[in-house]
Amino acid sequence: MTNVLMTAPTVRPRKSPPRLRNRRTSHARPTRSILLTVLTALIGLYALIPLVWLLINATKTQPDLFSSFGLWFSGDFALWDNIVGVLTYDGGVFGRWFLNTLLYVVVGAGGATLLALLGGYGLAKFNFPGKRAVFAVVIGAVAVPGTALAVPTFLMFANLGLTNTPWSVIIPSLISPFGLYLMWTFAADAVPDEIMEAARIDGASEARTFFQVCLPMMAPGIVTVLLFTVVATWNNYFLPLIMLRDPDWYPLTLGLNAWNAQATTAGGEAIFNLVIAGSLLTILPLIVAFLLLQRYWQSGLAAGSVKE
Amino acid sequence: MTIRHHRAVGALAAASALALTLTACGSGSDGGDAAETVSPEDVSAALEEGGDLLVWAWEPTLDQVVKDFEAEYPNVNVELANVGTGNDHYVALQNAISAGSGVPDVSQMEYYALPQFSIGESLADLAPFGASELDSTYSPGPWGAVTSGEAVYGLPMDSGPMALFYNAKTFEEAGVEVPATWDEFADAAKKINESDPNAYITADNGDAGFATSMIWQAGGHPFAVDGTDVTVDLGDEGSARFAEMWQGLLDDDLVANVPAWSDEWFQGLGSGEIAALVTGAWMPANLESGAAPASGDWRVAPMPQWTEGENATAENGGSALSITEASDKKALAYGFLEYANAGDGVATRLEGGNFPATLADLNDEAFLAEESEYFGGQKINEVLSASATGVVPGWQYLPYQVYANSVFPDTAGQAYTGSTSLADGLGAWQESIVKYGNEQGFTVGE
Repeated sequence: MTNVLMTAPTVRPRKSPPRLRNRRTSHARPTRSILLTVLTALIGLYALIPLVWLLINATKTQPDLFSSFGLWFSGDFALWDNIVGVLTYDGGVFGRWFLNTLLYVVVGAGGATLLALLGGYGLAKFNFPGKRAVFAVVIGAVAVPGTALAVPTFLMFANLGLTNTPWSVIIPSLISPFGLYLMWTFAADAVPDEIMEAARIDGASEARTFFQVCLPMMAPGIVTVLLFTVVATWNNYFLPLIMLRDPDWYPLTLGLNAWNAQATTAGGEAIFNLVIAGSLLTILPLIVAFLLLQRYWQSGLAAGSVKE
Repeated sequence: MTIRHHRAVGALAAASALALTLTACGSGSDGGDAAETVSPEDVSAALEEGGDLLVWAWEPTLDQVVKDFEAEYPNVNVELANVGTGNDHYVALQNAISAGSGVPDVSQMEYYALPQFSIGESLADLAPFGASELDSTYSPGPWGAVTSGEAVYGLPMDSGPMALFYNAKTFEEAGVEVPATWDEFADAAKKINESDPNAYITADNGDAGFATSMIWQAGGHPFAVDGTDVTVDLGDEGSARFAEMWQGLLDDDLVANVPAWSDEWFQGLGSGEIAALVTGAWMPANLESGAAPASGDWRVAPMPQWTEGENATAENGGSALSITEASDKKALAYGFLEYANAGDGVATRLEGGNFPATLADLNDEAFLAEESEYFGGQKINEVLSASATGVVPGWQYLPYQVYANSVFPDTAGQAYTGSTSLADGLGAWQESIVKYGNEQGFTVGE
């Protein structure tokens, strides 16, 4: 039994050797296509320009925003003032929105990952009648756009009396058909049946087999799903838009939009500088999450590519 | 006032709005269920007794009004929620009404959107509360917008009589006189663009609110509403007059094809490359905060006329506060409305940069004498106030104007890219309005 448990970590594909090997192979093959390089550079530029724009314009004052060229610094360097403005404007409501977003992400995306993990594992490793039907439903659910479900979901939550509460954002976020599907295929590949059988023969309970044997092997998949659900929940705009009416429960996306819309109303104060600085602050945690989690994600994508 | 269109969402809202409208119409409640008169004493009793009020509004000056109101009536607790601006707000309201839960007691309503909710019987008739006696309190434009026959569906908050806002510096550089008529406006447009190819007299990329206001000023009555009978005629004299004149500007590329409220728009206003705006009197505050670099350059003049020497104007934007039919605290809510839009709240909101709908303030010496630094010390309220008296009477919006405006860019808006003429575009808009109205159960004739 201990023998089996010891094998688990060695299967965990999280060490860096594959990456080194990759680097070496790319060095060994010096053939470079100029066209591809230019194309990649263009696409990279296309992806980065909005970020650069955001970074540069977060440093400008409101008047400078409209009187200066968008892709270079000009006027007063007001980044710090803008950030202070974002954090203090309207009684510091930005902080509240930040905490709300964090709550939705931790409970919603975390819960979605957990459910996808349990469901995916069960579907991949156990046989039961109706499994194909479940498969069909999950694939179908991936295909249905969230927008199409918005009105029915809203009416359902309204009947339950849950609209305008954090639950109305958290509960729908808990369901991630795509995450389930991903965990399912990942578990099917990454967890060999033989190891599970060995664990069972050694007398481990199903729970122990899951937590101590299979879970570590599924770590890359879990991180991938977590990353997807975190990004989806962090950026979620439409669901909170239809569910929430109380600005105190807004996530950052809705809050920033409310600030932005303020300029288009009679007598409304235009605070584009705060909207831009706020947007920058909003994406920072996502960037951090990506930087921290991407190595797990990479190894996750590589899983199954190596013949064992 | 908002001109930003979240079109898809707007269409969704409109669709559900109409579904609701017709259930309401079908139930046969023909206004006969109006509550018995509520006396001012009942309202003050409700204010003394207190309670919680939920107010949905995005109007920024209401913050202070709510604080003052709560200080005066300590038992009342007002929760002011900004659930979205313009269309987002209507979607939220429609959703809450459809779901039957979470409906606010008081809601901000732009004048163009008000009929959609009042005909759906989602808004309470305020006449039994004594609101009809306030008819001489407000200027005719906004008052006409909140009343329908004997019924009063809200108290006007602000108004948007139109005027010509222009950048005197750009005008001077181009050697252009301030246009008093639309012919002169077209000449000025040409001269400004000739003197600086980057400069345009104004920007318009197909905005329904602007087009309807222009038709209004030109004497058009494209929408006639009588209960569920609607007549649409976007080829009437006024509409044709506007279409012909504006077509001339579009043909010669004299109008910047820039969406209102976009970054580019604010940038153009700040740099003087968008040299003028024909818009509602609420604009000064937005210019001050959104186009600060041009401070001191802007001026206000009367709206250009179709016939020289007249004073015919229209309203653009503006909104009211209404009480929802679903509210079970109508007397208390009316107390708030009266405070905010007829009582002490008015002064607070004017201080915040709002343009009044109340006649007393429009004619107030101090208000008229105010000099605006942004406008180079001009007494702009004199011009704006005069515009309020010239609003052409008898204008009506559709009972589904929110939807109609949301499809404007797909129909009439096509004229702004040159793929069709404005007259044909308005025809296409009419077609789509008629079709939609009939589908929703209205009897729409052309």
